[in-house]
Amino acid sequence: MGMTRTALMQLGTSVLAGLERLGRAHLLLLATLCASDEVLRRPRLVLEQVFNIGTLSLVIVGVSGLFVGMVLGLQGYTVLAKFGAAESLGILVAASLVRELGPVVTALLVAGRAGSALTAEIGLMKATEQLAALEMMAVDPIRRILAPRLLGGLISMPLLAAIFSAVGVVGGYFVGVGLLGVDAGAYWGQMQARIDVQEDLVNGVIKSLVFGLVVTSVALFQGYEAVPTAEGVSRATTRAVVQSALLVLGLDFILTALMFGGD
Amino acid sequence: MFAEPPVNPDSGASSKESHAEPLVEIRDLCFRRGDQLIFADLNLDLPCGLVTAVMGPSGSGKTTLLKLITGQLKPDAGSIRVAGEEITRLDQQGLFRLRRRMGMLFQSSALLTDLSVFDNVAYPLREHTRLSPSLIRKLVLLKLEAVGLRGAWSLMPSELSGGMARRVALARAIALDPMMILYDEPFTGQDPISMGMLMALIRKLNDAARLTSILVSHDVQETLRIADWIYLIAEGRVLAQGTPAALTRDPSPWVRQFLDGLPDGPVHFHYPAPPLAKDLLGWG
Ligand SMILES: Nc1ncnc2c1ncn2[C@@H]1O[C@H](COP(=O)(O)OP(=O)(O)OP(=O)(O)O)[C@@H](O)[C@H]1O
Ligand SMILES: [Mg+2]
Repeated sequence: MGMTRTALMQLGTSVLAGLERLGRAHLLLLATLCASDEVLRRPRLVLEQVFNIGTLSLVIVGVSGLFVGMVLGLQGYTVLAKFGAAESLGILVAASLVRELGPVVTALLVAGRAGSALTAEIGLMKATEQLAALEMMAVDPIRRILAPRLLGGLISMPLLAAIFSAVGVVGGYFVGVGLLGVDAGAYWGQMQARIDVQEDLVNGVIKSLVFGLVVTSVALFQGYEAVPTAEGVSRATTRAVVQSALLVLGLDFILTALMFGGD
Repeated sequence: MFAEPPVNPDSGASSKESHAEPLVEIRDLCFRRGDQLIFADLNLDLPCGLVTAVMGPSGSGKTTLLKLITGQLKPDAGSIRVAGEEITRLDQQGLFRLRRRMGMLFQSSALLTDLSVFDNVAYPLREHTRLSPSLIRKLVLLKLEAVGLRGAWSLMPSELSGGMARRVALARAIALDPMMILYDEPFTGQDPISMGMLMALIRKLNDAARLTSILVSHDVQETLRIADWIYLIAEGRVLAQGTPAALTRDPSPWVRQFLDGLPDGPVHFHYPAPPLAKDLLGWG
């Protein structure tokens, strides 16, 4: 009896603590978004962050895109060839990339590469009292440090996803047309005719924007709330990657259901 | 003028210089961290234009006091007035307005690690003034010259020694010519020459610019030499206060133990704990 009671109490405490954290995360996100007008006055701050996040992730996103596209070409061909529809390879590769793999895989890669770096950076700034020093200089770290990074992440994510998809389409072309002998005209022609701007491109970009918001804000929150020690920062970094990966996959399902589930 | 602090058993209060208005008035301040009571009814005045030192054992809450004065922490009870404004009731804008006129030297120096020495010192100037780049350059070099580090302007914080980083942080703290500077352990990690230079600088800044300085330090001799007024705090209260001359003559065991560095006496060197034997002999 007593044991169940303590177990229940512990459960309750941790649920409450989790909810409180969730609330704090949303408050921080709100405060950061409200502080984004700073960015209009200093667009350079955001450009710097786009550059940072972009350079951190460009190579890994490009290389992954190439391989994912090549695998898609190979797998797609074996399935399509069974039904004698190998010339539809282009549309299969492109639609998979633009709708799904581009936004999702890019988000996972950015979370691991740039998101973790953001968490570590903010966490260390907290641990070494740089955030407190900014506040003492009457500079709001949410405006000056967090807001530009959030916007930088928001802008970089669709760009990186576009690069991923483009490189992937080329990878699919190498394998499908170059190695397996699909007709090059069919590969590009089908793709051009059947990829819909609203249905595929816009939805892909919306997904990327949502993932960009999620990945960057989780990374920033984890850094900002990190226990200000070496161990605390390293834990926060791990947490940021795990949480944003799970959130991206979960949200991807919801978004896909909303966008493509109706018809 | 000065409200007489209630906890003031045997210090040289009679020789108190009463010509200065307090810039900071702390009344009945209570602050706790978890279960640990750090300040219990602390009363303290920091007179305008003087160097006031706060001394006390490690962990007695000196850094915490500076954070309370600058509004980085909120007290549980009591009032803190800075330049006539109640810090505890200011919103962020009000706090920022006040902090533009305060400089703080952090115990950990807290330089921005992605900026060079020059950019660190220029940061508050670029942030809060519209001065031309050439004027900013001149000001920054002058501030760096004052702390003896003009030659190091292009280094990154990771290339500085601890003592140098602290001096850069001091240059940054005085960049905007504040009305008040809070020094958290400025002498730690300084060689005798930079120590002497820092002491002279603190004094000079205070006298030439009519600054108010709050100095937190363990270095008894140095502090006795440059402070106008000294508070000894321990166990959350002011144990003694007075001019350096009065305190050096003070016979009370508290004051003697701290100033002469005696290991045992009325002030406890140890963080509160159960008796050692009990801790060592088991969990009972
Ligand atoms: N972030 C924190 N969380 C919990 N307790 C803290 C925190 N910071 C300080 N403390 C506690 O507050 C007390 C006072 O700390 P503070 O840093 O003000 O001491 P101090 O007088 O500046 O010491 P020192 O001379 O060593 O710098 C310490 O006993 C410490 O245990
Ligand atoms: Mg301290």
